[in-house]
Amino acid sequence: MRLGLVIDLDTCVGCHACAVACKQWNTSGTTGPLTDYRPYGADPSGVWFNRIRHYEVGDYPNSKTINFPMSCMHCEDADCVTVCPTGASYKRKEDGVVLVDQTKCMGCNYCSWACPYGARELDRESGTMKKCTLCIDRIYDETLAEIDRQPSCVITCPAHARFFGDFDDPDSEVSRLVRERDGMQLMPELGYNPTNRYLPPRINTPIPTEDVRRDSLVGKVKEWVNKAVAR
Amino acid sequence: MHPALSVIFFTVVSGAGFGLYSLTAILQLFRLGPAMDRSELLSALITAFVLIIAGLISSTGHLANPKNAWRSVMRVKTSWLSREAVLAMVFFPFGLLYLLSVYLYGPHVPAFFGLMGVIGIVLGFMTVFATGMIYACLKTMRQWNTPLVPANYLLMGLTLGALFHLAIEAYFGADLQFITGVAGTALVMTGVMKGIYYYWIGKTSGPTINTATTFTRASVRLLDVGHTAGTFLTEEFGYHVPVGTLRVLKVVVFGLGFVLPLILISVAATAQTGAFALAIFAVLSSLVGKGVERWLFFAEARHVVNLYHGAQHT
Ligand code: SF4
Ligand code: SF4
Repeated sequence: MRLGLVIDLDTCVGCHACAVACKQWNTSGTTGPLTDYRPYGADPSGVWFNRIRHYEVGDYPNSKTINFPMSCMHCEDADCVTVCPTGASYKRKEDGVVLVDQTKCMGCNYCSWACPYGARELDRESGTMKKCTLCIDRIYDETLAEIDRQPSCVITCPAHARFFGDFDDPDSEVSRLVRERDGMQLMPELGYNPTNRYLPPRINTPIPTEDVRRDSLVGKVKEWVNKAVAR
Repeated sequence: MHPALSVIFFTVVSGAGFGLYSLTAILQLFRLGPAMDRSELLSALITAFVLIIAGLISSTGHLANPKNAWRSVMRVKTSWLSREAVLAMVFFPFGLLYLLSVYLYGPHVPAFFGLMGVIGIVLGFMTVFATGMIYACLKTMRQWNTPLVPANYLLMGLTLGALFHLAIEAYFGADLQFITGVAGTALVMTGVMKGIYYYWIGKTSGPTINTATTFTRASVRLLDVGHTAGTFLTEEFGYHVPVGTLRVLKVVVFGLGFVLPLILISVAATAQTGAFALAIFAVLSSLVGKGVERWLFFAEARHVVNLYHGAQHT
């Protein structure tokens, strides 16, 4: 098994719901709490497993806003694991999930230096390294309904931009999506072979506007009055 | 990269300690240079151990959870940090046996203890090499991902060791010609090496925002980082030094680290009086220069995660 996520850059609307759901679930999960620093101060900060950044791709007028969620990619060749001197960081043989044993970590930050994707954050309160667990405590919880045995971020995404599954199974939804829509890896040249994939935006034909009916005279007067009154 | 002072102190000081130990043991065991008597050898070796231990203690200073530090020896198979910790520890019995034999027998150590001393030399070099590899093995920072880094760590340690050795010889009023030659050569080689390194990191290469986001056929610009205050990532990796400051600091690295010590020890070698004071100044000046060098080594390293925070290339 090789569990991971597929993130659809076409449908992600950048609402940060996945990040919030992740924080909520994992703060009481196996590696929790995800400490908040100065939560009511001027510059609140803290530990997050999942962060969403926003980019402009292409040049005006052919540009597009891309929302870019990133968490641990559960890399196949994860240097964060090989560099860890204590053995606190490990990759599970059975499903490829990369985890940090909180009882062994000495907080040397070395693994965070080795991760190209910024997936690891030191919890300054506990002095240990924290990162996405792929909701290990959800996906194997037999007391949950089948449909709930998925990472929190996937369940919560209102745009349905996130998919979870086994990349080793060619029939899984994630494998199919990667095949059909050219799922990409981030910075493949570094050789980490990240499991998570990103689906590029679909190329859509523009919606034609020539046949949109022109406004009637009454409509135009109404619009003018509305603007004038608002002023 | 955010430079951690405890790590800078550790790498400079324990590097100097291993350099001093190795150089002293090599000179004594292979009968190079003027013969040293028992007190000279003991002073050099004890100074070396003090430096090594002081460095190792300070290295735990940057751990967020030091109570688990003992676990750092668990992954020798894959982690250079583990290897360094183990090598440094394995060094001690051999190095100390050699020190003991010098204490007991003076310069004429029996063959068995001589062998211990040689093993100590090898382990000392391997430890410093492992320190360099901790950085050089990281693919995420192209400024570190080069064989120049372990070479630099080894040469820096040897140079500082040679300067310390020279100061101790000067204290005992020994003939300084030979050791000045050694230290001078080390200074020049290390300086040239550092120059090559600075030239090499000056050229940009490595991942760009395009491969980082998969959009390789369009321009990509950051619109919003998605967080309102600093995060662990921006604090640890977002460290930035203005170009002007970098230039000034590099002048300091070469001036205080190499040129001034070279002048001081050349004067000391021929001076009738004050050789010890000159040698001490050379050590101090070099320590400051190398401290700045180490600080720059961190401050100039650009982690690829900066790509996601607005950097266009590494
Ligand atoms: S994304 Fe980073 S933390 Fe996750 S497995 Fe890859 S290298 Fe390790
Ligand atoms: S911070 Fe913890 S998990 Fe990371 S390398 Fe150090 S000991 Fe390992």
